[in-house]
Amino acid sequence: MTSLADLPAVERLPYDIARIRRDFPILKREVSSGARLVYLDNAATSQRPVQVLAEITRFYRDHNANIHRGVHTLSVEATELYEQARAKVARFIGAADPREIIFTHNTTESINLVAHGWARKHLQPGDEVVISEIEHHSNIVPWQMLRDERGITLKYIPMLPDGTLDLDAARSIITDRTRLVSITAMSNALGTIVPLDVIVARARAVGALVLVDGAQSVPHMPVDVQTLGSLGVDFLAFSGHKMLAPFGIGILWGRLPVLESMDPFMGGGDMILTVSMERSTWADVPAKFEAGTPNVGDAIALGAAVDYLSALGMDAVRRHEREITDYALRRLADVPGVTIFGVPDAERRGGVISFELDGVHPHDIGQVLDTKGVAIRTGHHCAQPVMLALNVPATARASFYIYNTTDEVDALASGLEEVGRFFGVRK
Amino acid sequence: MAESGLMEDLYREIILDHYRQPRNHGTAIEPTCSADGANPLCGDQVRVDVALVDGVVEAISFSGQGCSISQASASMMTEYVKGRDTAAALQGDEAFQQMMLTGEAPDIDGFDDIAALAGVAKFPARVKCASLAWKTLAQALADGGGSVTTDDGSR
Ligand SMILES: Cc1ncc(COP(=O)(O)O)c(C=O)c1O
Repeated sequence: MTSLADLPAVERLPYDIARIRRDFPILKREVSSGARLVYLDNAATSQRPVQVLAEITRFYRDHNANIHRGVHTLSVEATELYEQARAKVARFIGAADPREIIFTHNTTESINLVAHGWARKHLQPGDEVVISEIEHHSNIVPWQMLRDERGITLKYIPMLPDGTLDLDAARSIITDRTRLVSITAMSNALGTIVPLDVIVARARAVGALVLVDGAQSVPHMPVDVQTLGSLGVDFLAFSGHKMLAPFGIGILWGRLPVLESMDPFMGGGDMILTVSMERSTWADVPAKFEAGTPNVGDAIALGAAVDYLSALGMDAVRRHEREITDYALRRLADVPGVTIFGVPDAERRGGVISFELDGVHPHDIGQVLDTKGVAIRTGHHCAQPVMLALNVPATARASFYIYNTTDEVDALASGLEEVGRFFGVRK
Repeated sequence: MAESGLMEDLYREIILDHYRQPRNHGTAIEPTCSADGANPLCGDQVRVDVALVDGVVEAISFSGQGCSISQASASMMTEYVKGRDTAAALQGDEAFQQMMLTGEAPDIDGFDDIAALAGVAKFPARVKCASLAWKTLAQALADGGGSVTTDDGSR
């Protein structure tokens, strides 16, 4: 296992948007209509820089072997690279020990791992899990399944009309019976940044653990698990593919004693200490939770992605996105017929803007924008309770990342003006 | 949007016309059979009410919400079906599904406006929108009601 002290330091680079864009060759391509790509669907998945692509190639070309079970050179190298990636991720989120980093496939698997390995073991009928109305389906459905299986109680912190959470209600919804609060740090549908302090303080006061869905926060702002929500949290789940890394690699971070108290999620190779025909004993954390051959190449590429983001600095990433979002909020508000959902200021929202255009279905908006090269997402964004609360079937959503520019926001805005003219929006 | 041929393939003027002024939309009829269709992925919803007299569609009405393609297709479908018998209506459904596969407009009577939707075949993501009203109609005629959905899960 690579220790944090063994990691090479990452050199900080200035935030040079032209240089950053050169690292993403896909941003130069054209879409089917011949227009230059304007990629504004980053909340769904980010693009990958050449550094990450090169790391994938380098691993398979020079070091490829299965890990943990070989004495030969390649296997030793692959194991070292895999464990080094684990340490890089640990440092990136302020984890005390690389053993607290579990490689999964995505946020969804990370949350399910907690539901199976921790909640199934420790929760009794009548115990409460508290989530919120603005969660992604991946932080709703596992708890509904557990409720139906185990008779736990599932409670929701409600959303207010402006897309923020009702924190007064949260104080009474989290009770002495609450064992886990599982909450997003940022809504993928509305961009709301959740003030975790209030929720974590209340959870701590009643002795509940806190799981944070960091799928939309870890890629976009500084996150330190020791100070998250001021008091620190117990679990953090996030996905590599939203932060410059390949598909198919995700993270669950958990506090070591909590992870040690958990049952494995899947059984098989690599997660055992001994196996006899009668019984098996479990390997130590994190191997206990990484049954079978892991996604070695993509874990290593996630290490490269984390290096890339660390060189930019997550405070600089957040600053850039706040500027773009602030500009976009003002620019879109000027487009006739546009209504923006959620909080009106970029201070309390991440780089996600959900909106509607009077009288035009989101699907049509997305289609017309595509002919301008502008890629946005339309639909329910896997957050149907939010759509229900807004009383809309779907929204159009633009979401930003490190490489987006104000020119691209202008392309979105003028594209929307054209959509409005095309479908005859009045106002 | 003259600069983009792709756009014109999809949003033909006659389609926008049906979208802005849908025919047989929300008309009060006394239905003998009905069905609800949904495309939860994009939020398209359509309800089709049919009044059959001796196997002939005497009156038809649709309601619901959705994108221009789903709403225009529903409007066109009702115009085609009205006054035709069940067999002809189902034949229309079959011809329509075929058109979504091939992108070729079929040579059948009454398909003039509908043929404008042939271009949708080039947009796989929109085929479900265009087909919804026809699927819902077939459901209504099949066993006098029920509901259909075209969802297949998503991000
Ligand atoms: C807030 C949030 N949570 C969870 C997820 C699920 O991530 P994944 O699909 O990578 O498991 C997403 C991604 O869409 C998200 O935005």
